[in-house]
Amino acid sequence: MTEVTELTRPQGEALDTKEVLLNLGPQHPSTHGVLRLVLELDGEYVERVDPHIGYLHRGTEKLAESFTYTQIFPLTDRLDYLCPPSNNLAFALAVEKLLGIEAPIRAQYIRVLMAELARISGHLLITGALPMDLGAMTALLYVMREREMIMDLLEMITGARMHTSFCRVGGVREDLPDGFLPKIREFCDIFPSRIRDYERLLEDNRVFLNRTEGIGVISAEDAIDLGLSGPNLRASGVDWDIRRDEPYEIYDRLDFNVITRDEGDCYARWRCRVDEMRESIRIIEQCIAQMPEGPFQIDMPTIAFPVDKERVHCSMEALIQHFDLSAYGFNVPAGEVYSAIEAPKGELGFYIISDGSPKPFRMKVRAPSFVNLQALFGVTNARYLADMIAVLGSLDPVMAEVDK
Amino acid sequence: MSVEPSLNRAPITERFGGAIEDLGTAHGIDAFAVPPEKIVEFCRFLKEDPALKFNFLSDICGVDHYPETPRYEAVYHLYSLPNKWRIRIKCRLGDPPEVPSVTGVWRTANWHEREAWDMYGIRFTGHPDLRRIYMWEGFEGFPQRKDFPLRGYKDELNPFGAEGPPPTQPDLATREIP
Repeated sequence: MTEVTELTRPQGEALDTKEVLLNLGPQHPSTHGVLRLVLELDGEYVERVDPHIGYLHRGTEKLAESFTYTQIFPLTDRLDYLCPPSNNLAFALAVEKLLGIEAPIRAQYIRVLMAELARISGHLLITGALPMDLGAMTALLYVMREREMIMDLLEMITGARMHTSFCRVGGVREDLPDGFLPKIREFCDIFPSRIRDYERLLEDNRVFLNRTEGIGVISAEDAIDLGLSGPNLRASGVDWDIRRDEPYEIYDRLDFNVITRDEGDCYARWRCRVDEMRESIRIIEQCIAQMPEGPFQIDMPTIAFPVDKERVHCSMEALIQHFDLSAYGFNVPAGEVYSAIEAPKGELGFYIISDGSPKPFRMKVRAPSFVNLQALFGVTNARYLADMIAVLGSLDPVMAEVDK
Repeated sequence: MSVEPSLNRAPITERFGGAIEDLGTAHGIDAFAVPPEKIVEFCRFLKEDPALKFNFLSDICGVDHYPETPRYEAVYHLYSLPNKWRIRIKCRLGDPPEVPSVTGVWRTANWHEREAWDMYGIRFTGHPDLRRIYMWEGFEGFPQRKDFPLRGYKDELNPFGAEGPPPTQPDLATREIP
């Protein structure tokens, strides 16, 4: 029989404590991908957090330097893979600025419509994923049902569910298919009541409120200093939306509200996104109502494929153009451009330096998730470990975009 | 498209005079070339001047102009939330590239500068934590430089890489944190 040693506590003095180094991730459900956090813990408190990123680094910017401009579109899909149409749009706008062209009006409406569908799709996921991180599985299952509807709509337009690559420099790849408008109207009719369902599930849920309200507060000054953008910045009370303040495409013809909240906590960030989905539905409805007939692609044989594909079969010149464009791309005048759009995660900017060749000399992606994730420094000091999961979830980083 | 609000350049050129170069406006963004030793002062001025208020740092980006000299460049994109202006600051750097850090002006510069260091080897002096951010610790070379092969160098883990050892460069002390 072994002897049992009796544990004795030191009398009259404090217990010996030490800080614990905890490794969270890279494979952990609440890190939304492959984020690794090295946490210095003092009991339940997080003393210091050191995010390690780069597990998903694919070298998008380096790759882009060896791709033609049209070939880069699939690369941009893979940045924020929840909303590829926005990424395509941001890149197309930057190249179009360099070329000094604008897409036809109908193409602009199609792009905006798709970008807003993408915004809903991206926001839907966080609407469900944040409660899931905090232990409420139900909402995620419901939002997946509605995301499926968006996936179907995108599949109807592009043939692909995730990586759409639908934008082209000077327009979009194809026109909207027959029977699309009734489908999207049906979606617009159903969706607002579904948003109400999520709210009913969560906005009075005491556990969810306790875990998010007053947690991870970021003041407006801090938010600007940390470079937050998009719903994360607006949840801190800063009224800035690129769609309204630097309107691109046809956003200046649309009527929508910019949602802001003053609290700056996790709940405000979640709430902002839920309300933004309503505005997106309004934008989509206006797009459908206002969309004119017309070409979906610019008529410039040196940049875009011929709209009438029959020409390729009948005309030698059109065939040569088509081959040339597919094999070598098109030259873009030398110069540099920075063009930013309001992507679902925030300011998505493309900085392109062109040397006059068909491939960019340098392409820099200002990825909103990369900057937003950095805000973890600013809010998590001396907070509970469990709160940090809420903060991380509410900042909504997509690791593919963080790591580029 | 709406008319881009234009930036009032007078207070900038008045204050800095010959030290900076006005690069004009390209595609709606005004650009200035600033020598590296002036960059922190220039950024702080843009941020704090009551007429300008460039309080939002959008992006810091490294560029390799190989084989031109000076070879490197750090490009800053700022945004003024109250005035809705954008501005681009370009800073040409020699070899090895070195520029003072602007983390003291905006905290968000931290990761942008780490990225430029990781990808281009631009050393930001005064940065509190200049480590690699995407590549792992102990990685040799700076992958986005123009003389770094697209597929990397050949080694036991990368049979498809380019032949030849990584070029030895004096500023390759990746593990040493300044």
